[in-house]
Amino acid sequence: MKKVFSSADETLNGVLKDGMTIAAGGFGLCGIPENLIAAIKSSGVKELTIASNNAGVDDFGLGLLLQDRQVKKMISSYVGENDLFMQQYLAGELEIEFNPQGTLAERLRAGGAGIPGFYTATGVGTKIAEGKETKEFDGKTYVLERGLRADLAIVKAWKGDAQGNLTYRKTAMNFNPECATAGKITIAEVEEIVPVGALDKMQIHTPGVYVQRIFAASHEKRIEQRTTRAA
Amino acid sequence: MPWDRNDMAARAAQELEDGFYVNLGIGIPTLVSNYVPEDYDITLQSENGMLGMGPFPTEEEIDADLINAGKQTVTELERTSYFSSSQSFAMIRGGHINLSILGAMEVSEAGDLANWMIPGRLVKGMGGAMDLVAGVQRIVIIMDHANKAGESKLLKKCSLPLTGQGVVDRIITNLGVFDVVEGGLKVIELAPEVTMEEVLNKTEATIVGS
Repeated sequence: MKKVFSSADETLNGVLKDGMTIAAGGFGLCGIPENLIAAIKSSGVKELTIASNNAGVDDFGLGLLLQDRQVKKMISSYVGENDLFMQQYLAGELEIEFNPQGTLAERLRAGGAGIPGFYTATGVGTKIAEGKETKEFDGKTYVLERGLRADLAIVKAWKGDAQGNLTYRKTAMNFNPECATAGKITIAEVEEIVPVGALDKMQIHTPGVYVQRIFAASHEKRIEQRTTRAA
Repeated sequence: MPWDRNDMAARAAQELEDGFYVNLGIGIPTLVSNYVPEDYDITLQSENGMLGMGPFPTEEEIDADLINAGKQTVTELERTSYFSSSQSFAMIRGGHINLSILGAMEVSEAGDLANWMIPGRLVKGMGGAMDLVAGVQRIVIIMDHANKAGESKLLKKCSLPLTGQGVVDRIITNLGVFDVVEGGLKVIELAPEVTMEEVLNKTEATIVGS
């Protein structure tokens, strides 16, 4: 089955539906599927629920989807870098479900691994645990969190091949491997598609079974906090 | 003279032990890395997916794919490893990280920590803080003893929504070092020229055994 497509628009053909849930890789603006996000913006699809650690900035990343109010709900751990997000949230136009960062990562990992729920100490005794089942193991209290699956996962990798095998680069890996497993359909955008067999078979981070569509594109890779030291 | 933020960071560096894997929070905790004893082998974890975090890059070294949990550009070291978010939080929640040094809005005498939201104000989210306090072996807080209005941030009970319950081991403020013990907070050390009377006057939490 052909997995390689020529563009973000082509990979999204027939995939997007109003009201769907999308899991998006990336931490801040690092390792985000920026071409797919831009294509989702121009598609006009709306009422989206998006699981992503952050919500981008006003004019880049997932922030683009807020401009035309395409997002109904975000599932995130931190959204502090986005003013538009705050305006829509305070106006009651946007719903937010805060998940602790590790809980969000584990929910995606578990969802993708067919595990419907897991117990964690994270959030016990806080707002996060309100209304959730708790259980004691070996004298310590844990809260039940649900695995998370998405109708569509969009991820960004460094290199990939026609089988859908992916490798990530440095901290641009972040949530991408978890999102890739959690999508009913997973689309990967990569910097380079290499011939099958060219990737080191012992260094593949996401095996191709998780990836249905892949395309290569150029990336702006915008930096949020440019911090340097003297040479 | 009470400690300033650099003094507090230097004092917090005394919490490090040779060989420790450490996660430093954003703000004053980041300054702790400037005071690591030279003969200590310390590995910094950044929860976005990196063990062995190096200093900020030079202009030439900047790499958009290499940032820390504060979204700042950083560098790698020889020892560095990269991994995914679930792997990163497996080492945090699995108790494999020895120490985390974090900032706070409020700490209670029972070791409850509040540092992620103020009701009625903009809520930005907890990021990885709830995972860190629930999973890391030892939690040390650095914060000012009082807020801008001069009110104690060491309380009998936190007024703000919690980040974690009974999770704080030690608090370093501009006035001194305090441990969470049975029945309240115990004074471990006072900043130069700070008296016990001043601490008692400026602390709402119960001070015990001193």
